[in-house]
Amino acid sequence: MENKLLVGKPVSRLEGFEKVTGNAKYAAEYAAPDLLYGYVVNSTITKGKILSVDVSAVLELAGVVKVFTHENRPGLAWFDLQYADMDAPPGTVFKPLSDNKIRYNGQPIALIVAEDFETARYASTLLKFVFEEEPFDTLLTQNLEKARNPKKGMSTPLKPPPPKPKGDFEKAYKNAPFQASGDFLHATEHHNPMELYATTTVYEGEGKLTIYDKTQGTINNQLYVANVFGLKYKNVRVLAPYVGGAFGSGLRPQYQLFLCVLAALELKRNVRVVLERKQMFSFGHRPQVVQSLRFGANTEGKITAMNHSAVGETSKYEDYNEILVPWSHKLYPAANTLFEYKLAPLDLATPIDMRAPGGVSGMHAIECIMDELAYKLNIDPLEFRLRNYSDIDPSTQKPFTSKELRQCYEKGAEKFGWNLRNPKPASTIRGNKLVGWGMATGIWDAYQFPARAEAILTKEGKLEIHNATTDIGTGTLTVMTQIAADEMGLSLDEVSFYYGDSKKPFSMFQGGSAITASTGAAIVVAVKELKKKIIKKIKDIPDSPFKEIPEEEIVFRNGMVHQINQPNVFISFNEIIRANKNKVIKVTKLGGPDLIKIRKFSKATHSASFVELEIDKDLGTISVTRAITAVAAGKIINPKTAKSQILGSMIWGISKALHEETLLDQHLGKYMNANLGEYHIPVHADIPQMEVIFAEERDSVINELGIKGVGEIGMTAIPAAVANAIFHATGKRINDLPIHFEKLL
Amino acid sequence: MRSSPLWSIMLTVNRKDYELEILPWVSLLDALRDRLKLTGTKKGCDHGQCGACTVICDGQRILSCLSLAVMKNGSEITTIEGVANGSELHPLQKAFIEHDAFQCGYCTPGQICSALGMLTEGKAQTREEVKELMSGNLCRCGANAGIIDAIMEVKKGGDHE
Ligand code: FES
Ligand code: FES
Repeated sequence: MENKLLVGKPVSRLEGFEKVTGNAKYAAEYAAPDLLYGYVVNSTITKGKILSVDVSAVLELAGVVKVFTHENRPGLAWFDLQYADMDAPPGTVFKPLSDNKIRYNGQPIALIVAEDFETARYASTLLKFVFEEEPFDTLLTQNLEKARNPKKGMSTPLKPPPPKPKGDFEKAYKNAPFQASGDFLHATEHHNPMELYATTTVYEGEGKLTIYDKTQGTINNQLYVANVFGLKYKNVRVLAPYVGGAFGSGLRPQYQLFLCVLAALELKRNVRVVLERKQMFSFGHRPQVVQSLRFGANTEGKITAMNHSAVGETSKYEDYNEILVPWSHKLYPAANTLFEYKLAPLDLATPIDMRAPGGVSGMHAIECIMDELAYKLNIDPLEFRLRNYSDIDPSTQKPFTSKELRQCYEKGAEKFGWNLRNPKPASTIRGNKLVGWGMATGIWDAYQFPARAEAILTKEGKLEIHNATTDIGTGTLTVMTQIAADEMGLSLDEVSFYYGDSKKPFSMFQGGSAITASTGAAIVVAVKELKKKIIKKIKDIPDSPFKEIPEEEIVFRNGMVHQINQPNVFISFNEIIRANKNKVIKVTKLGGPDLIKIRKFSKATHSASFVELEIDKDLGTISVTRAITAVAAGKIINPKTAKSQILGSMIWGISKALHEETLLDQHLGKYMNANLGEYHIPVHADIPQMEVIFAEERDSVINELGIKGVGEIGMTAIPAAVANAIFHATGKRINDLPIHFEKLL
Repeated sequence: MRSSPLWSIMLTVNRKDYELEILPWVSLLDALRDRLKLTGTKKGCDHGQCGACTVICDGQRILSCLSLAVMKNGSEITTIEGVANGSELHPLQKAFIEHDAFQCGYCTPGQICSALGMLTEGKAQTREEVKELMSGNLCRCGANAGIIDAIMEVKKGGDHE
């Protein structure tokens, strides 16, 4: 009689059929009558002015409909605030085609609209700009003296400045018998989701638009379009049912959305704009960062002093922030700390959050220094972390809502065989290869945003749930259906989750590993409310057997309402609907974190990664052969999709450590490898044997379901584990990422 | 430019014949997506660097972004839309779902078509060889392990034809 619970079960993705048959439609794939194609033209200079534009040759070309530049861009919203999306950092938002100024190389400066894509693209070669160039700065390492404190703004509460210093770091560090220090330089990275940024705008007439857009936030982009173009919110609908990866790049509206809507409104036609791969390097990215760390420890192997100072790159028009430096003190106690974070504004596009922003870069540096300090102390690196283990958050002195990092260390080490490790560098050899084993700790926040969900008992006695979130490949559709089904006592096929649509009840953008907790919690409260409403209704039915039964004794399972332990007292959902004059029963409810309760706690997800790699003695080529990550992230709703999230982010970690980087030519101020042939990400042949372990972690504080999120935590420990394994294999500490073979020769 | 001659070509796509009047510089990928509305085939780079646009053309896997449609006049093409038999999925498609061999799903059509082509080629025997010969198909979500698991399962079962 009991419902088989679906939460915790490895359910296969519910949209699997659509994705393996090619039926899943992405933003560039929606048909619209008489569709026009837009092609974006980007600046070839890095800084300066457009002196003149010559569009004559373009307009002579048959098939060209219109060229938009700063010279003919219609007057739009005036105030910066109207361009500020929900993720806009402090500063002045970039407004495409608003003036003749060039702020960065690749800035969009024109949109050519034509009857077909090929004509628009060809026309771009005929468009002539005359520029006046100005000197520029693009390389972080040459502009460190420009670093200053980040400006504050609306997003500051989400990305607070580092904690205040404690004790006297300089003195404690000087007196520490064991010290480790290092400088770390990280390269620029670009998200490069496989799907190109694209928007298809359907012009519905009378200031009404239906927009298929690649985004992580349907409502974010709806508000942006309405504010910028002066349209009514209800007349702008943004849909993103399928999103071909985003990894943070879709947290803000990208410029193809602005340009596509501009053209559709001006021409009163349906328009599509798709970026090319090289243009995927012309907006946000993971910034270059420089970090300096100094950690000191006493003879018992306890950390006494920690300093982590970082300078990140931002643009000249916005102050993009990362939470980069405070992580060590969320893990390790120390009486003396000094954390500093500054920004150097450069003539580049504003960076944007990229998978585990700040966390993965900061933790790489922290956990490499931890490894070095362990070696200085002559303690096993894992043992060193255990000696400095803290059950509470040392930086706030608050307890964690839950923390099972110890389990991650133990389970991961056991599976990996860590106790067999000979600590001596370059001690293990396999044929012509040096073998290295490294480990590191990972940490990430456990965010939850407010969200609204609508729950409907349909005429067929099934459950519908509506929420505006996207599913960017995270498994959101599947996990939300599982959560709703359990709450209502239904099977998976009796529940439909509708999402990816700004018309649905509120969701923040999908980022920070927050959506499973956010929308999940909203679904739980909405369905609970729906059940209350249903109970009220069945009590009102004449001769209802439920009249005298207290609410706590009424349960929902198998599509029916029962009295607990009384199988004979029941009413089916179908009968309830009939009694309700065949009308649906629905509620909409807001869910969110219990801020008063949560305030007394710190919250985080944790992980431990163990990596084995081989390095060719002659060529220096590095290949990861084994990687294990143990994760403590609260309740795992779906171990199958959650495991995929962790595996994917482990590959991202390996990629950051060993593969990807966008190379900047400082003389031209532009990226040199803006294509997938030269921007290296791991291919199938690079993928090691990988394992994921989920620690048992019960969290009764964080939210209704104990969910903490799994999108980024799997990435944060990997780069340091890789770098530490390289040290173990070779005795060389290479701090700058990515580590390519030439650094080992 | 628009006065350039349109070429008349015939493509057989998923066992259906299409007659097209097409400009000579339209890629096979854009012809499939924009003209025939077969959007299952994906564009990830348009430069032969990602594999998302892989289709099977006259029995061989090819990158449709690197072919002009006019070059394939008379060819027989299978895209992802033609892999299943109606609503009955091909064993490889089933294995992809079972092994969670995708996240966002954008690389998936290319991975499946490429794997079918690779299995027909018959060169890869071991898991390592399969990984090597599938390495032209990128997956940014990092669903790689599931993809290779799915292919190996079908390869072992021998039911890839
Ligand atoms: S689109 Fe053809 S290989 Fe990338
Ligand atoms: S599943 Fe997203 S790129 Fe492969």
